[in-house]
Amino acid sequence: MIGLIDYGAGNLNSVRRAFETLGFKNRLITSEEQMDNSLDKLVVPGVGAFGYAVRELKRRGLWPAIKNWLKENRPFLGICLGLQLLFEGSEESPEEPGLGFFIGKCLKLPSVKVPHTGWNEIELSQSDSLFEGIKNREYFYFVHSYAVLDKSDNDKVLALTSYGGNFISAIKQGNIYGVQFHPEKSGPAGLKLLLNWSAKC
Amino acid sequence: MLATRIIPCLDVDEGGVFKGIRFKNLVPAGDPVRLAQRYYEEGADELTFLDIGASWKSRKTLIEIVEKVSRVIFIPLCAGGGVKSLSDIKELLRAGADKVSICTAALENPSLLREASLAFGSQSVVLSIDAGRTGQGWHAFMKGGRIDSGLEAVDWARKGIELGAGEILLNSIDRDGTKEGYDLELLRIISDKVSVPVIASGGAGRLEDIYEAINTGKADAVLLASLLHFGQLTISKIKNYLKSKGVKVR
Repeated sequence: MIGLIDYGAGNLNSVRRAFETLGFKNRLITSEEQMDNSLDKLVVPGVGAFGYAVRELKRRGLWPAIKNWLKENRPFLGICLGLQLLFEGSEESPEEPGLGFFIGKCLKLPSVKVPHTGWNEIELSQSDSLFEGIKNREYFYFVHSYAVLDKSDNDKVLALTSYGGNFISAIKQGNIYGVQFHPEKSGPAGLKLLLNWSAKC
Repeated sequence: MLATRIIPCLDVDEGGVFKGIRFKNLVPAGDPVRLAQRYYEEGADELTFLDIGASWKSRKTLIEIVEKVSRVIFIPLCAGGGVKSLSDIKELLRAGADKVSICTAALENPSLLREASLAFGSQSVVLSIDAGRTGQGWHAFMKGGRIDSGLEAVDWARKGIELGAGEILLNSIDRDGTKEGYDLELLRIISDKVSVPVIASGGAGRLEDIYEAINTGKADAVLLASLLHFGQLTISKIKNYLKSKGVKVR
């Protein structure tokens, strides 16, 4: 059973529908009590502001539960804002620290047109089962204004994307994954990635 | 680098997809869910559904279509047409749309853009501008192109973004359905002056028109309806052509 963290911001339907189409059972998690032993995997989908998400997750008691989940290295996928939350913080909401699982901060994208909206390529830095059957430089769908700018010494980075400079588009440590794009909106390649994550990661 | 998006637009009325010429003379163009599926398989980068009936019946049809499509198609979906309030927006997002386009209501009540972007994020708010040539420039029109708001299209685009719109869908009233090519001057002026993606709409008749919208007009995406619905062009044909011209496409 996949748990989808719902903090009342974005539309979770598309993530749900993608998992349903792939045949993976999932349910929405809105409170700490719902994070019981029936869950094998956890997704933090993302749309919305960094600070709002942190405050909502705390208000719902989900913040410490997610921190524990990460500490226990249980299968986790952060999507878009869900990836950003794994880092130490964001320029978007300096008053709210992130989960601090990865080192680094999200900064405003250094490009003329922000948000970065549309299909962009990912450059794979290393092979991983998440990208099995997906070609290098495949296009994924992005919508975001903040990102973690490339730290070339970071051996946890799985993929980079360029938009007015390189940023981290996929990262992993142990069973904890984050992707900056929206696999649930990235057509067949996105579904393949979600299938890989559900079945192999 | 970001790819230029090709976005089929499906005009929805009670139970079907329609496409008109200069916003009039509507003719049916096929089953919406089947069309959407076809475009998805052909490589559409996004889909837009516009309720052109603007009645409760056509809205109901739009919601049903968005809901059905979002269960089988996993690319961004935009819905609009007659969107008046936050609850309209919420209803469409809940049905499965990722973005909602707002035209007349934003002109009548600009704060709707701010409220919507605060509630759902700028990425889900598309400001649709029906621009028509007037004496010297272009004005933003309301009510399906029938009423001149008196606002300069360029000023309105900038104001809309300031209020929270995350994208501009720029329709040329003069070119809509004519196949005479996009209004490149209009496109270029708006694209140069705004900091969010601009989607070109209205007037594509040939492959070259699409290329010019991107190359000269600086559009980030192009919206296409009749050219695709009636089979004159396919998405793969368009993408191959653009690729040969050095345009980045998926």
